[in-house]
Amino acid sequence: MAVIINKDTKIIIQGFTGKMGTFHAEEMIKYGSNVVGGVTPGKGGTKHLNLPVFNTVKEAVENTGASASILFVPPAFAADSAMEAADAGIRTCVAIVDGIPSHDMIRIKRYMRRYSKSEKMSLVGPNCAGIISPGKSMLGIMPGHIYKEGRVGIISRSGTLGYEAAQQLKDLNIGISTSVGIGGDPINGSSFKDIIGKFEEDDETDAILMIGEIGGPQEVAAGQFAKDNMKKPVIAYIAGLTAPKGRVMGHAGAIVSAYGESAVEKVEILREFGVSISKNPSVMGETVKEVLSK
Amino acid sequence: MDIHEYQAKKLLADFGVIIPRGGIAYSPENAENKAREIGGSKWVVKAQIHSGARGKAGGIILCNSPLEVAQATDKLLGKKLVTNQTGPQGKIVNRIYVEEATDIKKEFYLGLVFDRSSESIMVVASTEGGMSVEEISKEKPESIIRSKIEVAVGMQKFQAREIAFGLGVAPELINRTAETIIGCYRAFSELDATMVEINPLAVSGQGQILALDCKMSFDNNALFRRNQISELRDKTQENPSEVYASDRGLNYVSLDGNIGNIINGAGLAMASMDMIKLAGGEPANFLDVGGGATPDKIVKAFKLISMDEKVKVILVNIFAGINRCDWVAEGIVQALEKIEINVPLVIRLAGTNVDKGNKILRESKIKYIEANSLEDAANKAVKTLKG
Repeated sequence: MAVIINKDTKIIIQGFTGKMGTFHAEEMIKYGSNVVGGVTPGKGGTKHLNLPVFNTVKEAVENTGASASILFVPPAFAADSAMEAADAGIRTCVAIVDGIPSHDMIRIKRYMRRYSKSEKMSLVGPNCAGIISPGKSMLGIMPGHIYKEGRVGIISRSGTLGYEAAQQLKDLNIGISTSVGIGGDPINGSSFKDIIGKFEEDDETDAILMIGEIGGPQEVAAGQFAKDNMKKPVIAYIAGLTAPKGRVMGHAGAIVSAYGESAVEKVEILREFGVSISKNPSVMGETVKEVLSK
Repeated sequence: MDIHEYQAKKLLADFGVIIPRGGIAYSPENAENKAREIGGSKWVVKAQIHSGARGKAGGIILCNSPLEVAQATDKLLGKKLVTNQTGPQGKIVNRIYVEEATDIKKEFYLGLVFDRSSESIMVVASTEGGMSVEEISKEKPESIIRSKIEVAVGMQKFQAREIAFGLGVAPELINRTAETIIGCYRAFSELDATMVEINPLAVSGQGQILALDCKMSFDNNALFRRNQISELRDKTQENPSEVYASDRGLNYVSLDGNIGNIINGAGLAMASMDMIKLAGGEPANFLDVGGGATPDKIVKAFKLISMDEKVKVILVNIFAGINRCDWVAEGIVQALEKIEINVPLVIRLAGTNVDKGNKILRESKIKYIEANSLEDAANKAVKTLKG
């Protein structure tokens, strides 16, 4: 079984009838994802793409048995939608949207503390490409065909850099079990550590490629976790060697503001934790290949 | 988004933080009048630029008469102030803040930031006011007090009191100090700030707790619901190319090198810059046209890069996903019909329909160098530069 999603995972689209929601719902359906309907408040009872539309996530879950959702709602309403999903019993929610205020992200995470560990939804994103388990299901906006089925797990803050890695692996005939985009914001729903732990338990994954960047404590926390708790090899690339301190590099979270947050420092710390480092972004695939052949 | 000191002071004053009397001035006469209005016998003339460390750069002048206030204002207005935070190009002084001078007995540091590890708001305080927080953490780390605030319930009075006692504030000033700290917390949380800093927070000879210098930054993603903050933006304090870019929905950071970049996605953009550096070159900018790399954004990106005189070669690296390479290639061709580029161009396309995309470029009139990987693109860009 793939981590997080599989072929049978029932998916609903929040913000289903909008332009983005429609386009990506179609792409996901084409890929083979089990999309069972969607939510647009006020359009409940209608059909869209031949699938039922509901007013609330709760109704959608009750009627379809959906366990995963993907958000295509504007940033101002995204926090509300994510909390609605959590409350309706959705297990995995991917927030694609870029531009959610940090204070709202903190609010979502505090809201989710009311659920016990077994009931808690896992939120992936925001500002991310989503999740794909090649050949099984896509809960995201990535180009599905560049992901070859296989046994390497990918976790990336960046969308396009994650694609770059998938392509490099494919060119080397290496496949991917699941790829998770955790997003470029300062506060994410799921961290590298949260996802890397799931890969360690996944019997379809042999090694994990972690694609990080400057800013924040997450890569180091995941490295520490790998050293203490993991048997599977971890390979990492950290983008932003040339990024100046104190500047936001596109991603709201890509800013060096403390010790240990620059690319050079993260690489040094990760190496000490026993993580294999891809020394530049052109050799992410080759580095994974080397590690796998050991 | 950053704002000026005087704007931050005004915002914080609304949350109960006490600030010295002062006023904003745009001319020496204006400043002289402000000084008379404020009264007293000593004033501080403060250059309003988006940077700390203004004192060391000569941007803060103590004056003993309204006439001196006018002279100091005359000296600073229109001047470019270079601090250790502005970069060598400095920042222009268009506004002067005239403030009554405070008789300082003690100085503290007070700052509020997001703590990304605990995903809460962190209050940082120190007895070593006047020094930057970086200096304090290096030289007097033992003086730093940290307090994590649970955002769901907000900051409690006891937490603020603990900080005040930790700073060694006199008993009669504890409540007032705690109110100041809570005021800053409320401003942070209610205005979608990402940083509030009072440095120094001073105890005056009259036994008042005063904010002498304030800095605030705000979450750009939340400006849609903070009109009163958006209005405080001062574009004269930002890099003109960066203003041009942000007004057009591009993520752009100006850098010192001479290889211009147009990339889709922030991570890929940083990675491409890394490759340029490893190949022996220096990037002139960071530019993310967005994951989608729409033709419209590509036109804007070429326009922006062509305005940068530093740029001696342009590297385009697009990884097309849902947006196919043939579509992106057409966008590039269209862009270059509209914009003349006088420097060599290296283009690397990857992803969906890469062969079709490259074919469109080859058959077009564009003069460019084709690259087939991230590494190849960086090497070719650097090689072109070195002749």
